[in-house]
Amino acid sequence: MKEERIISFPHLGDYYIPIKFLLNKITKLKVMESPPITKKTIDLGSKYSPDFVCIPFKYNLGNFIETLEKGANILIQAGGGCRYGYYSEVQEQILKDLGYHFEFYTLVDKDKITPKSLYHTFKKIDKKIPLWKMIYYLPLTILMIRYMDNIDDFIRKNIGFEVEKNSFSNLKKEMLDSYTKCKGFLSLTKRYFHYKKAFKNLKVEKPENCLKVGIIGELYTSMEPFSSYFLEKELASMNIEIKRFTNVSYLLYQKRLQRRKNLRYIEKYCKYTIGADGMDNIYRAKYLIDEGYDGIIHIKPFGCTPEIGAIPIIQKVCQDGKMPIIYFSFDSQTSETGIKTRLEAFYDMLTIKKG
Amino acid sequence: MNAYLGIDVGSISTKGVIIDNENHILASSYIWTQGNPMEAVKTLIHNLEKQIDKKKVHIIGVGTTGSARKLIGTMLNANIIKNEITAHAIGTLSLYPDVKTIFEIGGQDSKIILIEDGIVVDYAMNTLCAAGTGAFLSSQASRLGVKVEDFGRIALTSKKPTKIAARCTVFAESDLVHKAQMGYQKEDIIAGLCKSVVSNYLNNVGKGKKIKAPIIFQGGVSKNIGVKKAFEEEVGCEVIVDPNGHLMGALGVAILAKNSPIKTNFQFSITDNNFETKGIECNKCSNHCEIICVSRNKKLIDAWGNRCSNGDIMNR
Repeated sequence: MKEERIISFPHLGDYYIPIKFLLNKITKLKVMESPPITKKTIDLGSKYSPDFVCIPFKYNLGNFIETLEKGANILIQAGGGCRYGYYSEVQEQILKDLGYHFEFYTLVDKDKITPKSLYHTFKKIDKKIPLWKMIYYLPLTILMIRYMDNIDDFIRKNIGFEVEKNSFSNLKKEMLDSYTKCKGFLSLTKRYFHYKKAFKNLKVEKPENCLKVGIIGELYTSMEPFSSYFLEKELASMNIEIKRFTNVSYLLYQKRLQRRKNLRYIEKYCKYTIGADGMDNIYRAKYLIDEGYDGIIHIKPFGCTPEIGAIPIIQKVCQDGKMPIIYFSFDSQTSETGIKTRLEAFYDMLTIKKG
Repeated sequence: MNAYLGIDVGSISTKGVIIDNENHILASSYIWTQGNPMEAVKTLIHNLEKQIDKKKVHIIGVGTTGSARKLIGTMLNANIIKNEITAHAIGTLSLYPDVKTIFEIGGQDSKIILIEDGIVVDYAMNTLCAAGTGAFLSSQASRLGVKVEDFGRIALTSKKPTKIAARCTVFAESDLVHKAQMGYQKEDIIAGLCKSVVSNYLNNVGKGKKIKAPIIFQGGVSKNIGVKKAFEEEVGCEVIVDPNGHLMGALGVAILAKNSPIKTNFQFSITDNNFETKGIECNKCSNHCEIICVSRNKKLIDAWGNRCSNGDIMNR
């Protein structure tokens, strides 16, 4: 008897929902998301990773091991413009050395991802994927991601001021559940507008001059709350409005469209892109200053080279703009108390400064 | 008379002050934590109790800071629990209103606080690494067979400090062994160590920061006159060390307790209670949160460390 093929992928915030949706719609394979990230995930990941590799690698590897244990036998991994570009090869080798049997596919090949290359990769996974399904469901999934990100932006602005505890996160859970059941563009858009209204109707008590903080930095620690020790949740509990730029919509298309405009904006500080999101973060620091935000939090995995390159420039931008900024580096051994102490002090500093 | 108690529980030492309404220190104590913050605080409170007239002084506010602030805050039912960065800034500003830079080197951490017009505008704290802190100095002192208290005095006798690699504790240590075996004088090596602490500090937490006078240097390492001198040579201006420099965190949090609208009725007899902590592992999911439970006389008073409702012990 032939073994059932089960496809799985690593976690990144809530994005497992659209990915699972897409895979379910276009392939006939059984789709299984990795078990939720816990301390066990990162322990497993760190155990089998090179010690000095950046932290997303360890999380991804932990996800893979846990999902392989549950029976998955096809794994997919993305890739990107920094060390991320080597993740898949190294992870595949580590997992093979551990004795697992699986197929491994990389979505971003040679630093590029296009609908066409994506279709070819999927074709390798499952020969029976019809082209029309790809043409229909890929844009639908991208739209779903866009809608999720839009709502997330709204949530970050307001969740710190919710009147009823957990009202935002409960409604979000309900919304994501409903998204998975949608059939086409019309039903997705209907759901989006329904929930957009529902979110606007949630009660908030937001003072006029609340603290506003921007989060910039590396993409994985920005998007996977577990890896930043739930930084955004912590900020929200201090009644702070949060602005975060990095999300999947940004990485998929906005980044490309904005590159030239952003470079012109920070001409004085930086004249060319410096790898991954380095240049984008310099732009964001300047943008946050010009928009009158109260502080910036820069996060990255320990040893993230593009961000290390960007930090001195960001520091200069912030000194010129008299903007308070703190930096966090996350690793598997980061002390949570240390983060809390620094955040608290940052909060005190911003409040006293604001008067 | 109303008074306020501030306690700063650090990794190495525990500090406490009692202040009056004008921020004058009525009583103070400085003892070793010795890995047991709860016992240390009990001893500290006994020490403070002996220094004041209990009939006249009523403590109506308690504040805690330092790495064990939450535990001790719960134990003493404090009305304010503050991080050490803010506490140090407030404490120092109460004595030196025009200070611009605070250097602080403690047992396991070091920080820099920049102040403009009496407001904290920037700060940094060491991350991931304890190089160049008090713990490093005391371990090197025992390696050289010198008391850490004598370190500064010996360093001052050196005319030609030896250069010691400062980037990392491990490198510094092997460099130190190397220099000793080469035949360098002990006082030169000690002076070199003091210098390496300073350059490590300025290259780590002080990196990219605009250091302006007046500068206050505090924390346990500030008692080391050799480090103070090395700082002055490096930054090129006077570095002030207050005789009460080690108490600044405790003083700051006592002031914050004074300013807090909440008041408590603190009794010294609180130390007669039997406090216990217990770490348990929640096994409800694979995250295995480590939950710390604090109990007073066998009664659970607080718990923390859990991440979801599964581990919510307090409401059970």
